[in-house]
Amino acid sequence: MSLMADTLTIAAVSAGLFFFLAGTVGLLRFPDTLTRLHALTKADNLGFGLIVLGLLPQSPDVASGLKLVVVWLLVQLAGASASQLIAQFASKGGPSA
Amino acid sequence: MAEFLYVTAALLLLLTGLGLARMLWGPSPADRMMAAQLVGTGGGAIALLIATASGATAMIDVALVLALLAAFAAVALSLGEPGTQQRDGGANS
Amino acid sequence: MSLLPDFALMLLILIAAVWTVSARDRRDSVIGFIVVGLLLSLAWIRLNSVDVALTEAAVGGGATGLLLLRACARLGPNETEGVSLKVSLRILTGVLCTVVAVALATIVLYPIEPAPTLAPTAAAHMGEIGLGNPVTVVLLAYRAIDTLLEKVVLVLALIGVWALTPDPLWGGAPGSLRAQHSSGPLTFLAQVLPPVGIVIGVYLIWNGADRPGGTFQGGTVLAAMWLLVMMADLREPPEIRLHTLRRLVVLGPVVFLVAGFAGFWIANGFLSYPPDLAKPIIVLVEAALALSIAVILGMLVAGPAARAPR
Repeated sequence: MSLMADTLTIAAVSAGLFFFLAGTVGLLRFPDTLTRLHALTKADNLGFGLIVLGLLPQSPDVASGLKLVVVWLLVQLAGASASQLIAQFASKGGPSA
Repeated sequence: MAEFLYVTAALLLLLTGLGLARMLWGPSPADRMMAAQLVGTGGGAIALLIATASGATAMIDVALVLALLAAFAAVALSLGEPGTQQRDGGANS
Repeated sequence: MSLLPDFALMLLILIAAVWTVSARDRRDSVIGFIVVGLLLSLAWIRLNSVDVALTEAAVGGGATGLLLLRACARLGPNETEGVSLKVSLRILTGVLCTVVAVALATIVLYPIEPAPTLAPTAAAHMGEIGLGNPVTVVLLAYRAIDTLLEKVVLVLALIGVWALTPDPLWGGAPGSLRAQHSSGPLTFLAQVLPPVGIVIGVYLIWNGADRPGGTFQGGTVLAAMWLLVMMADLREPPEIRLHTLRRLVVLGPVVFLVAGFAGFWIANGFLSYPPDLAKPIIVLVEAALALSIAVILGMLVAGPAARAPR
């Protein structure tokens, strides 16, 4: 059981790290603001979600596990809203700045 | 397992740090804000990893606050739009 | 665990800090400052100071960034970027900063052995107060007078900001915090996030008694939620002449003072608590303080009145 939990942790956290890598590479390499924003959401959504998924089997008690899920939901909400707001800012206010 | 999580946290820090280059390069404030966004999300993930690895569950609360306020800077950015903010406010309310 | 990641973190903080100071654009500086705050909260986690990490995350991530970006918006684009200082003043600033840095480095590199500490004494008496978080014990019991004065300073700061109101507008509401493009996503966020945020803020305040958390962190989170609602234009900032508002501003310090003076009768002096009542008193004081902090921080960001009272 513990072995299975550990395997899941390693797999999911590594996958999460990979998406953070994808997000960072995109943020650095993509040619314009909106595509870079697209890359950033990879890190926010998939990377963070997979890391939380991987950490869940390791959480010592139910309360900590629930808090992990709440953190993930908040990051989802913040990531989605922030990318919308940054996109609006970039399209309406960007060139003048 | 703790060792693996620490290493992941270190790698994540490295990735977030590389993302800072976007803050230095810009060119637009939106790009710089994205770097801040990445540091916020990455920082939250690092806090969770360290919390689980060290067993100090109180650190989850730091990630909780980081996640709760993650969108704030992006919201505030649109306040900072030069020239278009109504200096006196409420002119058309 | 090697120290390499910690050095990397320090390097990142330094890079972000230097960039923040040297950025040409005012707003870029503020973004740099927010990033420095986020990185610092990670540094505090690595130092096992969860209380400070929480404060840094709440204040750096929520309050200061907002305050500074609002200041940017108020200044407008045409006022000169970077007021130029006199060369002599710059040199003086540089010298003073160097002195502080060298002094700090000396203390860290050559610490006094054994380091003078009150920690064992402080920990020994925690049981008498009935709280589990040493930071809260120090803030609200041992050094309560410092904490009290800090909160009074916040009230004074708010009075200072309000004093900037032009005479005809006195008593009116601060200028709207409305974001430039009021939009669906922002409204959605401002409707969904505050209920969650209020729960988390109260949780932090309540938690502060026994585990990391506390008044300032919780109060800042509450203030951030209120500001979010104001930025999404779901609520206007209140008029500063409102008595309810003013009562909330002084509620925390007043409750703290009353509890302090009550110490003369129920315990042995100003700001001392009888052992069996210490925890309820401290929790009550913390709750009142958090409410005041939330209102004060919100009104500080909103700024002086910009509209005549209706």
